[in-house]
Amino acid sequence: MEKIIFAGFGGQGVISAGKLLAIASMREGKEVSHIPSYGAEMRGGTANCAVVVSDDEIASAIVHKPTICIVLNEPSLDKFESLIESGGILIYNSSIINRKPQREDIKIYSIPCNDISEHNGSIRAANMAALGALLKVKPELATMESMKMALVEGISERNHKFNPTNIKVMEEAYSYLK
Amino acid sequence: MKNKILMKGNEAAAEAAVIAGCRYYFGYPITPQNEIPEYMSKRLPEVGGTFIQAESETAAINMVFGASAAGARSMTSSSSPGISLKQEGISYLAAAQLPCVVINVSRGGPGLGNIAGSQGDYFQATRGGGHGDYRTIVLAPANCQEIADLTLEAFDLADEYRMVVMILADGFLGQMSEPVVLPKPSGKTFSKEWAVGIGNKNKVASLILSPEDGLTKHNYVLKDIYDRVEESVIKYEEYMIEDADYILCAYGSSARICKQAIQELRAQGIKVGSFRPITLWPFPYKELKKATEGKKRVLTVEMSFGQMLEDVKLSVNGTIPVDFYGIPGGMIPTPEEIVERIKSYE
Amino acid sequence: MNNEELIYTKSKSMTQRETHYCPGCTHGVVHKLIAESLDEIGMVDNAIVIAPVGCAVLIYDYLALDGVEAAHGRAPAVATGIKRVHPDKLVISYQGDGDLLAIGMGETIHAANRGENITVIFVNNAIYGMTGGQMAPTTMPGQKTTTTQSGREPDDVGMPIRACEIINTLDRPVYIERVSCHNPANINKAKKAIKKALLNQKEGKGYSFVEVLATCPTNWGLTPKKSYEWLESTMIPYYPLGVFRDKEE
Repeated sequence: MEKIIFAGFGGQGVISAGKLLAIASMREGKEVSHIPSYGAEMRGGTANCAVVVSDDEIASAIVHKPTICIVLNEPSLDKFESLIESGGILIYNSSIINRKPQREDIKIYSIPCNDISEHNGSIRAANMAALGALLKVKPELATMESMKMALVEGISERNHKFNPTNIKVMEEAYSYLK
Repeated sequence: MKNKILMKGNEAAAEAAVIAGCRYYFGYPITPQNEIPEYMSKRLPEVGGTFIQAESETAAINMVFGASAAGARSMTSSSSPGISLKQEGISYLAAAQLPCVVINVSRGGPGLGNIAGSQGDYFQATRGGGHGDYRTIVLAPANCQEIADLTLEAFDLADEYRMVVMILADGFLGQMSEPVVLPKPSGKTFSKEWAVGIGNKNKVASLILSPEDGLTKHNYVLKDIYDRVEESVIKYEEYMIEDADYILCAYGSSARICKQAIQELRAQGIKVGSFRPITLWPFPYKELKKATEGKKRVLTVEMSFGQMLEDVKLSVNGTIPVDFYGIPGGMIPTPEEIVERIKSYE
Repeated sequence: MNNEELIYTKSKSMTQRETHYCPGCTHGVVHKLIAESLDEIGMVDNAIVIAPVGCAVLIYDYLALDGVEAAHGRAPAVATGIKRVHPDKLVISYQGDGDLLAIGMGETIHAANRGENITVIFVNNAIYGMTGGQMAPTTMPGQKTTTTQSGREPDDVGMPIRACEIINTLDRPVYIERVSCHNPANINKAKKAIKKALLNQKEGKGYSFVEVLATCPTNWGLTPKKSYEWLESTMIPYYPLGVFRDKEE
C-alpha cells in the first residue's frame, strides 16, 4: 500500500494530479482513495491531497504518514518532509524550492517541474512533470498508458486540448530521472 | 472494474438520488457539501427535474415539504449549521408523515465551527433534532460506494415508512473520491394516495387541536411506525469480531480509522474486532450487545466528545466496560492513538 | 322553492364547516372570494391552498380543496415545491402579516423574485390575531397591541411595512394589487383582484400578489362596525388601494 501526498500552492494542480493518479491506478485494478484539502485553503494558500493506492480494501483514507510525498513548493516541503515514513520517497520541485531536503532515511528525487513545463510551452503543467517523475520512481502505481487514459477521463472536456502538452511534460519528466 | 467511476462522496450521493428517481432538489450552499447542489443544478434539468437554489436552508427544507406533499421524491442537503436551520422543516415533515431524504455532510461545530469532517451531530441526527416526539431514520455511510448505495435505499425507506431519512456523512466522506459502481434502482413503487394535486382533496397538516386527544392519537400512529422501523431497519458491519478480546465501536469515517488500527493491532498479535453501526437510528442495540458478549472491553471511537457512546452504553448495559476515545472540532483520531489505547488494556 | 327564486348559493369550493372566525373578522369574506373565483374559472378540483400559521391555519377545513399547512412564514417555499411538481394545479399561498412580512419575509421576496407561477393572497389586519393581539409588521403608528401597550412607537420599532410597494420593486411579478374588504363596494373590487390573480396563474402568466386590508375587531378592541371605520380612516391612507402592477396593461 502506498500513501501519497501531493502538495503545493493552490493553483499548481496538486489536487488534480492526485485525482489523475487515482484514476490511473483504479483502471489497473487497484483500490484507491483521494482526499483533497478543501475550502479557503485552496485559494492561494497551500493545497494538498492524499491518495492511497492499495491491492486490498483501504481502511483509512486519511494519510498521517505518507510513504511518498510530492512537493511543488517550499512551504509544502517544510510541512511534509518530517512526516514521511522512514524508507519513503520525496519528490520535490527544484525549479522553485531553493533549500535541500534534510532527511537521510528517505529516497529523495529532485526534479525541475516548472522548467520542464515551461520549455514545453506551458506554465501550468508542473503537476504533470511531478506525475511523470512519480511513475518513473514507482512504476507499480500505474503505467504511462493508464495515466494517458486518466487524462481523458479525469480532465473536463474543454481542457482536453492541453493534453498533448500534458503528455509531453509527463514523458520528459519520466526520462529526466535516471 | 470498467463500470467503476472515481467519484467524490458528494457526487455519489447526488447521482444515486437521481438514480432513485429524485427529481426535486432544493438547497443552499454550504461547505463541505457544495458538490451536491452543484451536481444537481446540472444533472436534474437533464432528466426533466427541478433544481432550486433556495434563499435559505429553511426555505429549502420547506420546498422539500411542498414537493413531498405533492407526492414527488425530493431531497435537500447541507452541512451542520445548515442542518440546524432545517430542523424546523424536518419536524413538520415528520409530523405530516412526508417522506424525503436529507443529507448532512457534517463539519466541525458548535456554531460556524470549521469545514473539516466531524461527528458532532450524532445527538441532533438520532434524537430527532427538531421539536416534538419524532424520529428520523439515520444512515451513516463509511465510504463513497456506501454513500451511493445508502442514498438510493434512503428514498425507498422514506417512502415505505413515510419518514424523513437522513444520511449522516462528514466532510471527509463528502470530499473524498473513491471508485463507485453506481447502484441500480430498486424498482419498488409506493402508492401516494395521501398526496395533494392528485384529485383526492387531501390535507397535509400537522396542527391537531381537536379533539383533545387527537394529537396524542397521531403520536401513537407515528410510534407504531417507529416500532416497525426498529424491528425491520437495522444495519451494521462486524469486522474480525469472532476471536476478538476487544471491540472497537465506531461509525462513518472514524470506523475506517478503527479498521486500520485493527490491522496494526492484529499484526502485533492483539485480537481486536470492530462493530460499525450503519443505522444510527434505529441503533443496533441488540446486535452490538451480542457482538460484545464475552469480550473484555468496548472502545467507542468518535470524532466528537462521545455522543454515540451513550447508545453503546445503553446497548452493553454494564455487562463489560465501555471506554471512549475521540477528538472534537474537525480533527480525526489517528490509528496510532487507538492502537495505544487498546494496548494500555493489556 | 322554485329554481327561479334561487338568487344565491354557497360556492362549490367551500365546505359545509362553520368557520371559527370572530364576528366582524374578514377572513371568511376573503375565503369566500377565493372560493367563488375558483368556481367561476372552473378550477374547483384543481386548486391547492397553503394554510399559514395564524388565524387562517384551518383554511383547508373551509375550502373544499387540497390543503397543505406550512410552517410559519414558509408558505411561499411550500407553494414553490408543490407548484414545481404540479404545474397544472392552482397553488394559493394564503398568508397573514406576521407570516408574510416578519418571519417569512425571505420566502416572500424570493418566491416573488423567482416569479413562481403562484397566487399569494396577503391578508393584512395590522395585528397578530391568533396569538392574541401582538404587534405585526403592519401595525399602525400609535396602535395599541399587547406588545405595544402605549401604542406602536416608530422611533423604537420602525414604521409599518408596505408589502405591495416592496414586491413592486421586483422584476418578475406580473400582477400586484391592494384591495380592502371593509364595505361591499370594496369587497367587489377585492373579488375582481383575487379572480384575476388566480386566472393569471391558470393562464401561466406568473406570480400574482393581492393584499387585502382586513379587520380584527377582537384584537383591535373595536366593534365590527367601528373596525371597518378604523380600517378606512387609519389603514387606507397609509396603505393606498389600487393596482401597483398589471403586466397586461
